[in-house]
Amino acid sequence: MKKILLFLVFINGFYCFSQTKPKVKDTINNLNEIIITSRRKLSNYRQEKALSSIDRYLEKSSKINMIKRGNYAWEPTINNMVTDRISVTIDGMQIYGACTDKMDPITSYVDVSNLEKVEVNSGQEGVENGNCIGGNIDLKLKNTAFKNTGLKSNIDLGYETNGNYKSTGLDFAYATNKFTINVDGIFRKSENYIDGNGNEILYSQFQKYNISAQSAYKITNKHQIHASLIYDKATDVGYPALPMDVSLAKATIASISHIYKGNSVVKNIETKLYFNTITHTMDDTKRPDVPIRMDMPGWSDTYGMYSKTYLTYKKHRISLNINAHYNKSIAEMTMYPNDPLENSMFMYTWPDVKTMNTGLFLKDEIEVIKDGFFKFSTRVSYHKNRLDNEVGLASLRIFYPKMESSQSRILPSLSANYLQKKENYNISFGLGYGERAPSISEAYGFYLFNSFDGFDYVGNPMLKNEKSLEINLNTNYKLKGVSIGLEGSYFYIKDYIIGKTNTSLTEMTIGANGVRIYTALNYATIFNTSVNFKYNIANNFSLNSSLGYSLGKSDDKKNLPLISPFSYFTEIVYSKNKFNASIQLKGNGNQTNYSVMFGEDETPAYTIINLNLGNKFFIKDNTVLLKYGVENVLDSYYSTYADWNNFPRQGRNVFLNISYLLSK
Amino acid sequence: MKTLKYLLPVLFIFILFISCNSDDEEVKKVDETENLTLVKQFTNDTHIIEVYTESGMFKTGYNDISLRIKNKADNSYINDLTISWMPMMAMTTMNHSCPKSNIKKVEGTEFMYNGYLVFQMTGVDNSGWSIKFMYNINGTDYMVEEGISVFNNTRQRVATFMGSDGVKYILAMVNPNKPEIAINQMSVTLHKMESMMMFPVVENFTITLDPRMPSMNNHSSTNNTDLAYNATTKMYDGNLSLTMTGYWRLNLKLLNENNDILKGEDLSDSISESTLYLEIEF
Repeated sequence: MKKILLFLVFINGFYCFSQTKPKVKDTINNLNEIIITSRRKLSNYRQEKALSSIDRYLEKSSKINMIKRGNYAWEPTINNMVTDRISVTIDGMQIYGACTDKMDPITSYVDVSNLEKVEVNSGQEGVENGNCIGGNIDLKLKNTAFKNTGLKSNIDLGYETNGNYKSTGLDFAYATNKFTINVDGIFRKSENYIDGNGNEILYSQFQKYNISAQSAYKITNKHQIHASLIYDKATDVGYPALPMDVSLAKATIASISHIYKGNSVVKNIETKLYFNTITHTMDDTKRPDVPIRMDMPGWSDTYGMYSKTYLTYKKHRISLNINAHYNKSIAEMTMYPNDPLENSMFMYTWPDVKTMNTGLFLKDEIEVIKDGFFKFSTRVSYHKNRLDNEVGLASLRIFYPKMESSQSRILPSLSANYLQKKENYNISFGLGYGERAPSISEAYGFYLFNSFDGFDYVGNPMLKNEKSLEINLNTNYKLKGVSIGLEGSYFYIKDYIIGKTNTSLTEMTIGANGVRIYTALNYATIFNTSVNFKYNIANNFSLNSSLGYSLGKSDDKKNLPLISPFSYFTEIVYSKNKFNASIQLKGNGNQTNYSVMFGEDETPAYTIINLNLGNKFFIKDNTVLLKYGVENVLDSYYSTYADWNNFPRQGRNVFLNISYLLSK
Repeated sequence: MKTLKYLLPVLFIFILFISCNSDDEEVKKVDETENLTLVKQFTNDTHIIEVYTESGMFKTGYNDISLRIKNKADNSYINDLTISWMPMMAMTTMNHSCPKSNIKKVEGTEFMYNGYLVFQMTGVDNSGWSIKFMYNINGTDYMVEEGISVFNNTRQRVATFMGSDGVKYILAMVNPNKPEIAINQMSVTLHKMESMMMFPVVENFTITLDPRMPSMNNHSSTNNTDLAYNATTKMYDGNLSLTMTGYWRLNLKLLNENNDILKGEDLSDSISESTLYLEIEF
C-alpha cells in the first residue's frame, strides 16, 4: 500500500507532458539494420533466424557486445561498458535485475517476439530514461497500427542441432480502426551444447517461455489508451561459466499509458504508469561438487511513470521527458554447512535497497542551416537510496560504522552534437558530460562473488558519482555503390568505479582469492573506433565489412577489464525476392590488452564462418519463410574476450526455422 | 486574584490526582521479573528465594542471575537485605567453587537482586553444583542451600585453561547474548583460580579477537577490536563483527600487562585455530 501511495505521489508531483521519440535517430550509426527491425514479414525475412534470441540479435550491433556466462541471459555492453554504466529499458520502463551476479540482464526478461525494434544510443545521448555513462538500450515493444487488418497470426518453429535447441512461437494480432490487440507466446528449450572440440559444455542448457499481450484503444483521434503485459519465466538455466545455475528467473512487466496526438506544436504526449516485479533464484543442486550448498534468491520490484512530450516549433524538434521510478531490491544468501548440526548461514547480499529517481530530460534538435542540425540534450535527476532493513544496514555498518541509512545525489547530464547531412556524406561531432550513481552492488553489495577474478566484492556507499566526459565523431561517405563509415568515441571517466583488493579482509566464498571493495580510480579512459564498409557488387550482391578497435586504460595505464580486442566482420549477401543467402566471416584478434587484475588472460584470436540461407514462398494467401544455415561451419573451437572464464562457444550448429504467416 | 482563588483548589486537586495516579502505576509495575524466567526456588523455613535467568536454566559459562526473596509468612517480598552466595561443585575427591560476582540490588526495582556465576563445567546428568545463599534481614542471618542443574552449552561459552605463567584462568562470554549480523558489543569475564574457592577478577590484561567461520574456510570479518579491561564493569570489552548467521569460532589470545602471551596463537596458513577460543552460533 505504501508503495502505491508513493507511486501516486510521484505521479501527482510530476504529472506533465511527454513525447514519443522521433523514429530513427542516429541514422549514421550503422546500427539501423540491427536496431530498427520490426518483426513483420519483411524483417522476419531479413533476419537470419526468425526465432533468433534477443541476445544473438543484439550481438549483431557494432556498438553492443554481449558478455556470456552461458548460452542464455547474455549481458549487453555498450562502448565496452557493462550494466552498471549503461541504461537498459523496456519501452522507457526502468527494470532492475534481481540477481547480484548479473545473471539476469534486463534483456533476458523479454523476447524478440515482444519487440518492434531496439534503440541504441551511445553515451550521453542515451540518458532520456536514466543517467548512464556508456549509453542506453531501449527495447521497444510492438505496437499494432489502428488499421482494419483483422486477425493475423503466425507460427514459428525452430530447431538447432547443437544443443537440440527447440523453439516455438505463436503470434496473434487483431486490429480495427479503433482497437488493436496482440498476443504472443514463445517457448525455447535447449540442452547442453557442444563446443568445437566435440565436448559437451555441461550446464549450458536453458528453458524459458514468454507470453505477452499488448492492446490499444483509440478513444478519439487525439486520445489513445495502451496497455501491455509481459510474463517471462525461465527455469533450469545453466551457467557453465559460473559456480551456480538458475532454477527460476521470473518477470511480470506491466504498463498502461495514454497517448495524446496533436497536430500543431505539440505532436505527441505519452504518459505511462508501469510496474514490474522480478524473482530470481540461483541454484546449485545440479552441481555435484560444491564446497558448500547455498540458496541465493533475489527480488526486485519497480514502480514508475514517465511523461514524454514531443513538439516541433519552427526549426526546433523538442523532446521533453519527465520520469520517476522507485525500486526495491533485496537479495539474500543462505549457506548450508556440511555439518548438518550447524545452523545455516544467512546474510543479505543486497540489504533491501530502495532507489528513488526523478529526472527531467530535454532535447532540442535545431536545423541551424540547411542540412545542418544542432542537437542539444540534458537530463537532471535526483537520485536517492535508502536502506530500511535494520539487519542489512547493520551488516554494511560492519564495514562502514558511520554509514547513513539514506543518501541522495544529483545526477546531471549534458550533450551537444552537430550533424551535417549531405547527399554523399554526413558527419557528426558531439561532446557530452554526465554522471551516474553507483549501482546497488557497487554501493551496497555484501560479499558478491565474482567468479571471473575470484574475489568477493563488497559495496561502498561512500562512492562519489562517476563522471564522464566524452567526444564522439561519426562520418559516412557514399560513392556510387560504396559506402564507408568511420566512427570513434573517447570517454574520460573520472572517479571510475572498480573493485580494489583489500588485503586486510578475508574472503567469504570458499576458495575465493580475497575481498575487493568498490573504490574509484582517479580516472579511466575508454576509446572505441570502428570502420564500416559496404559495397554493392552487383544488383543482388553486396559486401559488408566492419572493423572495430577499443582500448580501455586506468589512470596508471593498466588495462580495463572486458574491453573488446580488435574485431572484424565481413559478409557477402545475395538477396532476391524469394531467396537470400549470406556467408559471414567473423573474428577477433588476440586479446593483448587484457586486465590481469580482473583475472583476464590473453584470449587467442578466432575466426568463424557462418552460412545463412532464406526462402520465401506462398501457400494460397499465406506466406512461409524458411530460414536455415550453419553457424561455425568449420567447427572451430573458440572463446571470446566476453566469454566469462574463457568457456568455449558453440561448435558447428545447423539451424532451421519455419515461419508460417496466416494472413486471415 | 479572585480567579486565582477559584483556580487554586482545582490546581490542588489536579496535583493530587497526578500524584495518586503515579502511585497507582508503581503498584501496577510489580512485575520486576519481565523477560526473566524462574529457574528454581530455594526454600527454607522462613523464606523462598526465587532465582531467575533469561533462559530459565543454568548453563555452563556465564550466567546472569536475578533473584528476590519472599517471606513465607505473608508472601511479601523483602526489599532490604544483604545477600551473598557460594556456588559449589561436589566432585568425588574434592569440592570447588566458581567465579562469582557480588549480589547487588537492581537499580530501579524494589525487590530484585542480581549477580553472575561462571560455571566452568557441569557433571553427568547436569548435577553436582549447588548454591548456598547467606542473607541478612534486619540483623538476622539466614541460610539456604540446594543443588541445581547446570546444563551444557552446546557451544563453548567458557574456557578454563592454564596460562604459560602457571596460573589457571577462566574466561567466559557475557555478550553478545543475542548475536546479530552487525558489529556486536562483546564482553567477557576473566578470573583466575587462586584456590579451589577463590576466583578473583583479572585486571588489565588484553584479549585479542579473531572471529572465524570454520565451515566457510575460516572466513573472518573486519572491524573487530581486541578486548580491553573495563574497570567499571570489571569485564573485557571489544567489538565483534559477524557478517552472517551460523557458527563462529572466536579465536582468542590472552596477553598480560607486559603483552606476554599466556594462552592462544595467531592464526596463519598452518594454524587454523587458536587453542584459546569461544564459540557463537546463531
